[in-house]
Amino acid sequence: MSDQNKDIDEETGVETTGHEWDGIKELDNPMPRWWLWTFYATCVFALGYVIYYPAIPLLEGSTMGISGKTNRSELQIEMAAADASRRDRVAMLAEQDIEEIAKNQDLVRFAVAGGASLYKVNCSQCHGSGAQGGPGYPNLNDDDWLWGGDLEAIYTTIAHGVRNDEDDDARFSQMPAFGADGILDRPQINAVTEYVLNMSGQEHDATLAEEGAVIFAENCTACHQENGKGNRDLGAPNLTDAISLYGNTRTTIRAQIQQPKHGAMPPWIDRLREANVKQLAIYVHSLGGGEEAPAD
Amino acid sequence: MLDTVDHPDDRKIADTDVENFDAEPVNSKANQSLYVARKKIHPKRAEGFYRKLKWWIMLVTLGIYYVTPWLRWDRGPGTPDQAVLIDMANRRFYFLFIEIWPHEFFYVAGLLVMAGIGLFLVTSILGRAWCGYTCPQTVWVDLFLVVERFFEGDRNARIKLDAAPWNADKVTKRTAKHAVWLLIGIATGGAWIFYFADAPTLAIDLFTLQAPPIAYITVAILTATTYVFGGLMREQVCTYMCPWPRIQAAMLDEHSLTVTYNAWRGEPRSLHMKRQRREGVPVGDCVDCNACVAVCPMGIDIRDGQQMECITCALCIDACDNVMDKLGLEKGLIAYSTLEDYTHNMQIAGAYGTIEELTSAQGYPRVEPQKVRGPTGRLIDAVKLTGWHSILRPRTFIYALIFGSIGLALLTVLALRDTLDVNILHDRNPLFVTLSDGSTRNGYEIKILNKRGETRLFWVETEGLPGAQLTVASSGNKPKASLLVEVDADSIRGVKVFVAVPPGQLEDERSEFVFRITAMRGAEATLTGTQFVAPQQALK
Repeated sequence: MSDQNKDIDEETGVETTGHEWDGIKELDNPMPRWWLWTFYATCVFALGYVIYYPAIPLLEGSTMGISGKTNRSELQIEMAAADASRRDRVAMLAEQDIEEIAKNQDLVRFAVAGGASLYKVNCSQCHGSGAQGGPGYPNLNDDDWLWGGDLEAIYTTIAHGVRNDEDDDARFSQMPAFGADGILDRPQINAVTEYVLNMSGQEHDATLAEEGAVIFAENCTACHQENGKGNRDLGAPNLTDAISLYGNTRTTIRAQIQQPKHGAMPPWIDRLREANVKQLAIYVHSLGGGEEAPAD
Repeated sequence: MLDTVDHPDDRKIADTDVENFDAEPVNSKANQSLYVARKKIHPKRAEGFYRKLKWWIMLVTLGIYYVTPWLRWDRGPGTPDQAVLIDMANRRFYFLFIEIWPHEFFYVAGLLVMAGIGLFLVTSILGRAWCGYTCPQTVWVDLFLVVERFFEGDRNARIKLDAAPWNADKVTKRTAKHAVWLLIGIATGGAWIFYFADAPTLAIDLFTLQAPPIAYITVAILTATTYVFGGLMREQVCTYMCPWPRIQAAMLDEHSLTVTYNAWRGEPRSLHMKRQRREGVPVGDCVDCNACVAVCPMGIDIRDGQQMECITCALCIDACDNVMDKLGLEKGLIAYSTLEDYTHNMQIAGAYGTIEELTSAQGYPRVEPQKVRGPTGRLIDAVKLTGWHSILRPRTFIYALIFGSIGLALLTVLALRDTLDVNILHDRNPLFVTLSDGSTRNGYEIKILNKRGETRLFWVETEGLPGAQLTVASSGNKPKASLLVEVDADSIRGVKVFVAVPPGQLEDERSEFVFRITAMRGAEATLTGTQFVAPQQALK
């Protein structure tokens, strides 16, 4: 465009862009200097960035930049640092006896925090996110334990599991199917049911219960003991308390005598590390039902 | 008549012994252009009442700023002894006997609201008094100007120095000035960080290069902003960066005090006031000496009327009063006045036009100055000189009332607040646990805030929960009706507490009850309501 064609705005003396909308013309003022310099600065920054960091996508991957830093490599560094900060305590957890660990407050806090997250990942599928359990899956918050509630016992249960083929040390026991296998007939089962209801202090038929007491003494005391308080070595539940794994009603008790269900749990010592299993044991112990180690 | 008044550019001859200044109001509306670089302002030193007042205010405000972090206040062992301390790391704010925890931040919010209302109040009474007297920008610019005058001399000397070629003298003066400015900047940034840590310790760390990097970064940033804003940018900060002038303009009304050129006695301005008066030409008191322009740090001409740039520093009042003294006229040609009084007087003086026209920078107001003076030459009684009466009006009362109410409310809350605070969170997963004896257990996360400077023991009990037994989770302790919890001085302790209720005690699945937390000594107690959840079979 020659100088003659320049459209100069009379008011300001500034050249216009030549665009016009209903008589309104756009002035061709220069960019504000601060804006221009900021723009140049961003260009310089971008150039430096492209050279320093991975930036330009290639067919496979991208340019690596002279720093070689990527989010992934930074994450790996951070993870390594986190691991390093935990290393000492993890080692202590792995080496020390679980009762010894319990005496170290700092270690217990570490174990409970780690155990809580391990629990969510590995255990909550069966025992529930609040460890509240459900029919067939023990509630871990309460003070009723099938296989023992001190640290050592909980550790053993978690490490080796219950009724599984994978671990030779797995907890194992089996209640006979008194009804299905024809050991007891239906009236006998009904009588024992009334007796069990009586033991846990519920409404029951006293005459039948009296009859059931005899049948109980003959068939059940080997595992559940004379007083019905069970035997933790055999995983035989306490029948006198308010908690029942499969329900505390007449129907559920009768069903359990007729053809008992048996829960199973995998061994975790193969799946997790020693320290992790201890963390889980300490966490479960902390939920409210943990017991003191039995005096030797 | 008006043709005899000299043209403002004609400054060659004046018939008064008043010094005339070749000062240009570079920021006045007529001179403003968006595409022209800033013209430097060389404010002349003013003398008088307002200048003195400003020296004192500068002394007090800078004194408060620099000295406060060094004041000590004994709060007992284990707590900082700095009178004013914002302890970010430990999330505490200390102000003399007051200690504020993060959840009590509403006090600070309340103070900010008060500061806002306070500004409304001050603005509606005194106009932009904040800008002119106490704004840090104004105070530090004043301080920087003191330094500038010390090394480079007053207005004329500085203008000469600016124009002079770079020689040894100029280099020395400039270097000295900028060095002192930077030192002030460092001292400003340095004082700031002392509010956030123990001042003596931090001072030693700072000089021995042991202080955390953030301390040095803060000092560096504040040094830079102080130096740039106070030394280089000055009035541009007020005019272009600060939103307050624009907000304040909306806060002003016709009763607010503003620095006003009383055109009703000043116009028509004349360099040859004496001769023209002798000849019977009615001219005003303004001899157009430009003293008011020369002292203005904002580069405006107050005679153009109210302008957004004016910070009401009142230095032009001082300058003009001195001139009026020399001329043997009443002080107050430029004075604090309200728009209402100004308009009233303008009408006496026979001015015509709307308020906007009378106060605009478009030309000079046309008045007949002889109308405001009686036969003796004194101002007539009908002329209103603004006094204290302008303060008393509904608007200021309402602002004062709101300001006072918030202050009173904050003080009351502060006086009645506890040094013990409790937060309780009911476990939700699981809501309840049935124990082997049939009782129901609920878990609670109890957070006890001990706001005293001493370790205290607290009893934790329940009320309204029959037969409740408490135990601290994983303590292995036997459940009891009440627990004793120790909380360290000035800290929070969270304890997980299990509450078990035997079967057959409760009537509803959800029972409301309270935790009573009582300090073992002093009997300070709080009641915190929460819920206990039990299954159907555990109820009565």
